[in-house]
Amino acid sequence: MKTFSPRLLLAVPALAAGLALVASRPTAPTIAPDPDNAGLKLPAGFGALKVAETGGKARHLAVTPQGVIYVKLNKVKDGKGILVLHPQANGKATVTGGFGDYGGTGMYEKNGYLYASSDYAVYRYKLDAKGEVANPSKPELLVRGLKVGSQHESKSIVLDNADNLYVNVGAYANACQEQDRTRGSKGIPNCPILDSAGGIWQFKADKLNQRYPQGTRYATGLRNVVGLDWNQQDNQLFVMQHGRDQLQDNWPALYSNEQSAQLPAECLYALKPGVNAGWPYTYFDPQRKEIMQGPEYGGDGKTPAKGDYLAPLAAYPAHMAPNALLFYTGTMFPAKYRNGAFIAFHGSWNRAPESQAGYYVVFQPFKDGKPSGQWEVFADNFSGSPAKTASGRADHRPCGLAQGPDGSLYVSDDTKGTIYRIVYPAKKS
Amino acid sequence: MSKQILLNIALAFCTLSLQAQQRPTPKAKAKIAANPALTASLTRGAVVYKNVCITCHMADGGGVPNINPPLTKTEYVLGDKARLTHIVLAGLAEPIEIDGNDYKQHMPAQAYLTDQQVADVLTYVRNNFGNKASAVQVAEVKAVRATLK
Repeated sequence: MKTFSPRLLLAVPALAAGLALVASRPTAPTIAPDPDNAGLKLPAGFGALKVAETGGKARHLAVTPQGVIYVKLNKVKDGKGILVLHPQANGKATVTGGFGDYGGTGMYEKNGYLYASSDYAVYRYKLDAKGEVANPSKPELLVRGLKVGSQHESKSIVLDNADNLYVNVGAYANACQEQDRTRGSKGIPNCPILDSAGGIWQFKADKLNQRYPQGTRYATGLRNVVGLDWNQQDNQLFVMQHGRDQLQDNWPALYSNEQSAQLPAECLYALKPGVNAGWPYTYFDPQRKEIMQGPEYGGDGKTPAKGDYLAPLAAYPAHMAPNALLFYTGTMFPAKYRNGAFIAFHGSWNRAPESQAGYYVVFQPFKDGKPSGQWEVFADNFSGSPAKTASGRADHRPCGLAQGPDGSLYVSDDTKGTIYRIVYPAKKS
Repeated sequence: MSKQILLNIALAFCTLSLQAQQRPTPKAKAKIAANPALTASLTRGAVVYKNVCITCHMADGGGVPNINPPLTKTEYVLGDKARLTHIVLAGLAEPIEIDGNDYKQHMPAQAYLTDQQVADVLTYVRNNFGNKASAVQVAEVKAVRATLK
């Protein structure tokens, strides 16, 4: 039994493909997709490889212009909350070290700085000309004292082009009920959570020790945003909201199990300063295409909300947990992908007894800076099989997205810590 | 990869030996059949589980990573019945750690369930998802509820 190694069998075609690539393009770096495309299902012409197995809860990630990969871990592993991976010639990468003694989600690179977040704070690290963190043990503390509860703890981050830092502070509740997630419990009037959470806060990207008073509540009424990105065409912040849970559990007289599995939509919003997206008072019904009054605040599942709430630009199936948003600006992929959005759906839990869904990366076409046309599943089968998707026992769950300097799309998985790289074309002629 | 194969073989043996151990199921079944009260409690408990618990703890009792704890083979479920009953009646506000994984989401109190419903669902949970533990009696739930005021 021990003498039979399937890896050897796999290695033969991989080697052959690798050799062929080297032969045809002797000077270019060789990126060979894994023979099974890392287990992913992709559109024709795309290939994928497993860049590395980190074994950590890999949340968001960033790739520097030099190709160094930084991965934020949700939980510190061997004393490290950020992993450093260096690229190899074959397109894979090696974990060469790590730093940062805090868990968290946010990881973003811009203009020679690496930004990272814990669930309480945001830090930055100066990068040198090689894309290396010069002083890993001494980050600059940009923001501290961010509100954190026992749910929606992650603080996702992104920068604009004017040295502003945007931080999500998730609401530490499902729907601001007097008793969280409790059957029949009413919503608290003028939800007090919104003063310090349930929105996006704007801080300066280059000022130290900022707290809430130094920041601005940029947008409110967003229950929890994990995926967000700055759209360069619109010069505008786009976010994906995690919609509320448990309509049927908490309001069984108003919602069936089926309705609860399909409501509300996971929504894409384009933000302007001061907007209110409606949480906890409203939710978006994708069948009716309407903003509805939440049952905690007098809604009955049939009554649209009154009030000036921001409408979503696009709606996706309920409970699929959009954990990353990335506007693709590279040239490696075909033209239709340029300036469109990739969304990593971490996968659902809040659909039982219906089947679970998600665990894939979606592509949303854009035209002139706005969603245009139907979204499509781009990279599927992170879960390992349709049965694993249905049960929710996924092998891998996509959580972070990053674009490499060559236009490759990197995807992190916070279940096993696999780092994927999707390339095009899969084979050079 | 060869490590994986060894692991698979080991797992296969485990499964086989488990099956072998579970062979005498007719006996176990006979035992349950001989205890109609337990059978009825398990049947009612399954209904409560589906109506109240399944969203967060999932159909297989495995919970949701980092959010909702599993009900499979943990001391919380298999251990002290009073503690388990207290969690159902009073909820659980603080995060817990099981096998090195943190579960943080607040568990809401389910005090609106009757003593019978709590006894049934806990008996069901303690005897499903690979669990095997004694039934929870209505009197035991009543005693815990009396401590909550």
